[in-house]
Amino acid sequence: MPLYSDKVMDHFSNPSNMGEIKELNGIGRVGNVICGDVMNLYIKVEDEKIVDAKFKTLGCGAAIATSSMVTEMVKGKSINEALEISNRAVAEALDGLPPQKLHCSVLAEEALQAAIKDYFARKEGAKMARDLVCKMDIVEEKALKTEYQGKAYYFCSQMCKERFEAEPEKFLSKENSRGGVN
Amino acid sequence: MKRIYLDHAATTPMRPEVVEEMMPYFREKFGNASTLYFYGQEAKDAVNAARERVASVINAEASEIVFTSGGTESDNFAIAGIVWANQKKGNHIITTSVEHHAVLNICKFLEKRGFEVTYLPVDTQGLVNPEDVKRAICKETILISVMHANNEVGTIEPIEEIGEIAKAKGVYFHTDSVQTFGHIPIDVTKLKVDLLSVSAHKLYGPKGVGCLYIRKGVKIVPFLYGGDQENKRRGSTENVAGIVGFGKAAELVKDEMKEEISRLIPLRDRLIKQILEKIKYARINGHPAKRLPGNVNISVEFVEGESMLLQLDMKGICASSGSACTSSILEPSHVLTAMGIPPEVAHGSLRFTLGRGNSSEHIDYVLEVLPEIVERLRAMSPLYQEKKG
Repeated sequence: MPLYSDKVMDHFSNPSNMGEIKELNGIGRVGNVICGDVMNLYIKVEDEKIVDAKFKTLGCGAAIATSSMVTEMVKGKSINEALEISNRAVAEALDGLPPQKLHCSVLAEEALQAAIKDYFARKEGAKMARDLVCKMDIVEEKALKTEYQGKAYYFCSQMCKERFEAEPEKFLSKENSRGGVN
Repeated sequence: MKRIYLDHAATTPMRPEVVEEMMPYFREKFGNASTLYFYGQEAKDAVNAARERVASVINAEASEIVFTSGGTESDNFAIAGIVWANQKKGNHIITTSVEHHAVLNICKFLEKRGFEVTYLPVDTQGLVNPEDVKRAICKETILISVMHANNEVGTIEPIEEIGEIAKAKGVYFHTDSVQTFGHIPIDVTKLKVDLLSVSAHKLYGPKGVGCLYIRKGVKIVPFLYGGDQENKRRGSTENVAGIVGFGKAAELVKDEMKEEISRLIPLRDRLIKQILEKIKYARINGHPAKRLPGNVNISVEFVEGESMLLQLDMKGICASSGSACTSSILEPSHVLTAMGIPPEVAHGSLRFTLGRGNSSEHIDYVLEVLPEIVERLRAMSPLYQEKKG
C-alpha cells in the first residue's frame, strides 16, 4: 500500500491555490524550519466571508497536500464557519493521513486560526509592522519584538526573529536598498 | 513506467547467478546440515564452500566466519558477545555518533545495563579522528566499534589507523562493514580488525543472511544459544539456501570489484558535480574523496526531502533522504546532525546510491528531472522567496 492516499498525492502533485494574494487582509505563518515545515496561509476577507485563500509551504507531501486542502475548504466560508474547521476535518477530506503525518494537518489548522486572528487584529485598526525577514506585514502588538541599535523590530515567528538576530545588517541593508534611501 | 533504482545502499536486487545457485537448496538439496546422511552432508559441504568464498573476500580463514541473519544481528552479536565475555576486564565501549542503529541501539541498551559508552564525534565531512579514539581509551575499555563506511553519506573511516591504536592498546576492535564488503577492498589483517559485520543483500545476495568475521582467539560468547551450529557460536539450523546465495554473491563481487569501482566513481562524481552546477543552494554531504564509489548525498536548501522523493518516484527514480519527514520519529538524520549540518539543511538531503544496474543514461535522466522538481517545490516554499528577497 502506498504511503499516501490518491487524494493526498493529487493535492501534492497539483496543489490548489498555491501562491500569494496581493490584496490580503489576513496572514498566518506557522511551523518552523527546524522541524522541516513552514506554512504561510494568506486570506482575503470581505463582509466576514473568506473570498480568497492561498498558501506557500515548505514541507513534506502531507504538509503541501493539507495546505492545498485547507485553502479549498475555507474559500467561500464565513469566518465563523472557517473557525470550525479542525485538523481532523482536513485529514478526512484527504481520505486520511498516515499516523506519523497527522501533525501536518495540525499545522494547517493552526495556520488558519492564525490567519483569522491576524485578520481581526488588522480590522480593529491594529498598528502594522513589517517583518524584515519574510517581508510580511504583521500586527505589531501580536508580533515578536527584538531591539537592535535602539530600534524595535517585529517578527511573525520565532524563526524570523532568530534569523534577523543572527544577521541584522543583512536584512536591514536589503530594506534600505529597496526603500530607496539615498 | 521506466524505473531507475538509485538506492543500492538500502538493498540490491539479487543477481540471476545467485538465484540460480540457491534454487536446488530449496527443493532437492533440502537437507539439514547437522545430519550425517547424504542430504545433510550435501548441505554441510555447500555451507562450508560458501564460508570459503566469503572468507576469501576479506583475507580471512573460513573458520573465522560465522553466518548470521544479516547486518543487524552481526552488529548485535559482535558488541553483546564481546562485552558479556569480557566484563571482568571492564565495562567501557567506544563507538561513534554516526553508526547504524544496529550498533547505536545495542549500545544504548547496554548503557542501561551498567556499561559506559563513549560516542565519538565526527568532523563536518563525517570522519572520525583516530586521536579521539586514542584519547577515549581507558583501563576499562573492552571494545571499540567504528563503521567502515557510513551508509548515509558514504564517508570511509580511517579503520586501519584505528585498528593500529586498538591493537597497541589491547582493545577488541569491531567494524560494521555492511556498506563496504564487496564494494571496496577489505583485508582484515591490514585493517587490524577483530570483528567485522557483513550483510548479503547489499552485494546482490539474498536478504536474511550475513556474517560476522571473528578473528581466531577473540573471547566472545554465543549470540543464539541452541545447537552446535557455527562452531557453537550461533545455534539454529543453517539457512543453507541463503548462505549458498551469499557465497555466490561474494565470489562475484570479488572478481568484479575493481572494475566496478572504476566504473562507478566517474558516474558518482559527474552526478555530484552536475547537481551542484545545475541547482543553486545545493551542497554535498560527506567527504569528497574518502567516499564509497556509489554514494551521492546532497542537500538542497529551501526544499524538504520527502517531497523531493515523492516527485522523483513519480518520475520513476528511487532515492532516499535524511529528512525528519521520512523518519518515524520526525527527527532529521543523526548522521547529518552529528556532522554539524543544521536541521533545515538536513531536511533537504537526498541520497542516491549507484550500483551495477546503473548507467550513464540514468545519471543524465536524474540531471534532467531533479532541477525541475527542485524548481517546482521551491516555487511553493516561502523560504526560497525570502532568500531571493
